[in-house]
Amino acid sequence: MAESSPAETVTLTIDGRQVTVPRGTTLLQAAERVGTRVPHYCYHPGLSAPAMCRLCLVEIEKAPKLVPSCITQAADGQVVHTQSEEPLAMRRGVLEFYLQNHPLDCPICDQSGECKLQDYAHAEGRVHGRGREPKRVFGRDDFGGDVVFYGDRCVMCTRCVRFMNEIEQDPRLTVVERGDRSIIDTFFEEGLEGTHYHGNIVDICPVGALLSKDFLFKQRAWDLDHTPSVCPGCSQGCNIELHTRDNLVQRLRPRVNLDVNGHWMCDHGRLDYEWINRGDRVEVPLVGDGREARATGWRAALTSLLERLDGAGPVRAVVSPRLANEDLGAVRALVDALGGGEIVYRSRRAPAEVPLKGFPKLARRRDLEPNVNAARLLGMERVGGDDGTGGLAPFAAHGGVLIVAGDELADQPPDFGERARLYVYLGQHPTAAASRAHFVLPITNFAEQEGSFTNHEHRVQRFWPALEPPGAARPGWLVLGALLAERAGEAAPTRAEVAFERIGAFEGLTYERVGTGGAPIGEDRALPAEAAGGRA
Amino acid sequence: MAYPYASDREVRVISEYFGDPEARTLDGAKRRGRYKGLEKALSMSPDDVVEVVKASGLRGRGGAGFPTGLKWSFMPKNYDRPHYLCCNADESEPGTFKDRELMRWDPHQLIEACLLASYAIRARHAYIYCRGEFFETNQVLAKAVEEAYADGIIGADVMGSGHEIDVTVHVGAGAYICGEETGLMNSLEGRRGEPRTKPPFPAAAGVFGMPTTVNNVETLCAAPHIVAHGAEWYRQWGSEKSPGTKLFCVSGHVNKPGNYELALGFPLIELIEDVCGGMRDGNALKAVIPGGSSVAIMDADEARRCALDYEGVAACGSMLGCASVIVMDETTDIVKQVRRMAAFYAHESCGQCTPCREGTSWVTKILRRIEEGRGTEEDLDTLIELTTQMVGTTICVLSDSVAPPVQSSISKFRDEYLALIRRGERVGAA
Repeated sequence: MAESSPAETVTLTIDGRQVTVPRGTTLLQAAERVGTRVPHYCYHPGLSAPAMCRLCLVEIEKAPKLVPSCITQAADGQVVHTQSEEPLAMRRGVLEFYLQNHPLDCPICDQSGECKLQDYAHAEGRVHGRGREPKRVFGRDDFGGDVVFYGDRCVMCTRCVRFMNEIEQDPRLTVVERGDRSIIDTFFEEGLEGTHYHGNIVDICPVGALLSKDFLFKQRAWDLDHTPSVCPGCSQGCNIELHTRDNLVQRLRPRVNLDVNGHWMCDHGRLDYEWINRGDRVEVPLVGDGREARATGWRAALTSLLERLDGAGPVRAVVSPRLANEDLGAVRALVDALGGGEIVYRSRRAPAEVPLKGFPKLARRRDLEPNVNAARLLGMERVGGDDGTGGLAPFAAHGGVLIVAGDELADQPPDFGERARLYVYLGQHPTAAASRAHFVLPITNFAEQEGSFTNHEHRVQRFWPALEPPGAARPGWLVLGALLAERAGEAAPTRAEVAFERIGAFEGLTYERVGTGGAPIGEDRALPAEAAGGRA
Repeated sequence: MAYPYASDREVRVISEYFGDPEARTLDGAKRRGRYKGLEKALSMSPDDVVEVVKASGLRGRGGAGFPTGLKWSFMPKNYDRPHYLCCNADESEPGTFKDRELMRWDPHQLIEACLLASYAIRARHAYIYCRGEFFETNQVLAKAVEEAYADGIIGADVMGSGHEIDVTVHVGAGAYICGEETGLMNSLEGRRGEPRTKPPFPAAAGVFGMPTTVNNVETLCAAPHIVAHGAEWYRQWGSEKSPGTKLFCVSGHVNKPGNYELALGFPLIELIEDVCGGMRDGNALKAVIPGGSSVAIMDADEARRCALDYEGVAACGSMLGCASVIVMDETTDIVKQVRRMAAFYAHESCGQCTPCREGTSWVTKILRRIEEGRGTEEDLDTLIELTTQMVGTTICVLSDSVAPPVQSSISKFRDEYLALIRRGERVGAA
């Protein structure tokens, strides 16, 4: 007898291996537990299951016919075969049916390389097709937004229709006609324009029927490197993958995290990545006298900075909420070490949230920066307007030590920091407002370094380096950490993990605990969601 | 009366007033004994009505032959939630035209039957889902429902019994698949006519998610007679397992095609030779499709020894289905007939399930190629394999329906296929 409550679990045998799963688990999910992926198209874990692709058929001993594993619930004592002769033959047959009308235009199809029809046909399909008949032709259609539809390639799984109906809950797509004339279509001239999550239908399309206009013909799927990351588009912190090639971000894709974003991400975040690829970067440390700057090495720059750091007067700092927790923590530590001082950040805010109705945990949040909550946790204050500009008058004219980290100061005049006795600018891009800086230190962006963000519900989530940093650019935490350590005569943090664990605000959390899925900060530490208001 | 032809071999229970225009009016229908069965049913308990139908052995006349009383008994025995009756009047199987005649000549028989069945399954609303192309039928039915409402037969107080039952005639938009019971329910709800996965079965979650029974027109029409006269009366016809009478829609190369109501178990050859006046122009019988386009074709030998009940037809390798007998004489091009049937399924597939969506059209394309003389012998093996892959792999049985005509015709009339293939090869060689 099983020790655990027998009502809650069922035990069955799949492909000769016994597995115990919670009651209500489908055979398809149970098979994944024993390491078998049953091919499927219409089933998607984030959507309802219509059981119409007929590809996930499996055999249950003593059942009269094959059953679709995506909707059949596991029951006690079932003996299931996913790889026996009958289901394999049937799936081979179904795959042959798919290829009857699907064009074999893989060489010019964006999906090629990440196409489920390719995968399944290679894994289980017939070696040679028997189709001699002409294929039906639909052609292409612009669905609006970022989506283009290649009708001939559609396998009629209706995931896209169900996504718009069930998750976005803005039904813009439907199936028209019937039989092999069935086709996905928009309602007359109304397309996906104006919806905020339609990019997901491109992700969930198992074939190349729905493609992103942004990515169209840009790269081959197999050339892309995938790096787990966190979307910097707002404070939701959707888990994503950065798909990169040639040291450029080519596209963003959501990464499954049922606690944060499910399988989805918004179009705003998905398409806002070109800034990562900007070419105008600060590549070497620059040391100047407030008028002229010359390039130097890191050792010379930091040694020189260290000499001038103390005794330069009161400290004020401006940071960017796009910096990682580790970077912000290092700024906090530096300011504290210099006797404390005001730290502010500026951030863009949207007028309203854009929730995903069918997955309410996910919304494009009002804060359009990824890490405002870490800044607030670290006692930094928001200044400026909702467009992320202004609010820096006291800083522009500050007479002591002025530290700017990450904020490009695009709206600030060239004489910004003119009166500062020491003006240190840590940034990614050369900017007029840094022309009076005594030190311009090149730092990396989130795609080039390891680090973490703190999202709107105070969940810490890690990201990993996907790109080579330009020139001598280094993570902010590494630069400031080295500076602080040198000043205190301690060992410098050489890994982001160490930098993270040195931040008092995250005490109790470690990189190991945060893992790939993130972890919340203890509740006693978390701030109420809308507590810290901005100062104009 | 009878329409258009009569035979003294018939047993007219539900087709008694075919061809009699007066039976269409409420007065005429009442004079002919309509609503007597309902009156008796209302004096019984719903469960007793179900028991009588169960005892009569009445089986579904829509094709599957499922015992009707048993189906009714699956409905919950309380009034917690709304129950619905759906009368499947979306008769669209090629070769079938019995429901049309039942509704067009004797609409009050169906209304009575719907009320009776609704009472038995504790439904307060019956929907008659009528095929869109039945224009005249729809008008007759709508008028009859209007009359019955005005007379208080339908409505808040059915025949003074205190029971409330409404009847709505819903006109389909022209899709074979809406005759599949779950496709019908989707269509009725305003969705695409696509069959639903079972379970849940309609008795648990049907129309609008509520317990629902779906019955064919002919099945329902038999119920008032059974209740009025008793189960044993109905069992005087037919056999133990297939009791009662059945309408046979005979079409094709006979002298007198039409609807004939016969006791189940009637010999097929007598239906052709005697009841229908023999073959056209004295031609030889070549093949018979006994139950609508989705059953296996019989050759002349099989037809000669076939008895027309569920078991008898099954013994001859086919199915009684909805008893649509399509008779073909020696002039018939079997390949062309099969291709036309396959094309029908390709046209009517809802497109949900891959084997059906792709398979029906693929099979049709191959058959057309063979017909045009561009086929090969391997195509016949491919056809058999494809149709095998289409059986039991889909949500509904539309896909399964293609296999019997294709496979039976290849096994029984292979010579005709080969002749077309050989002729094509000769032309190609020359």
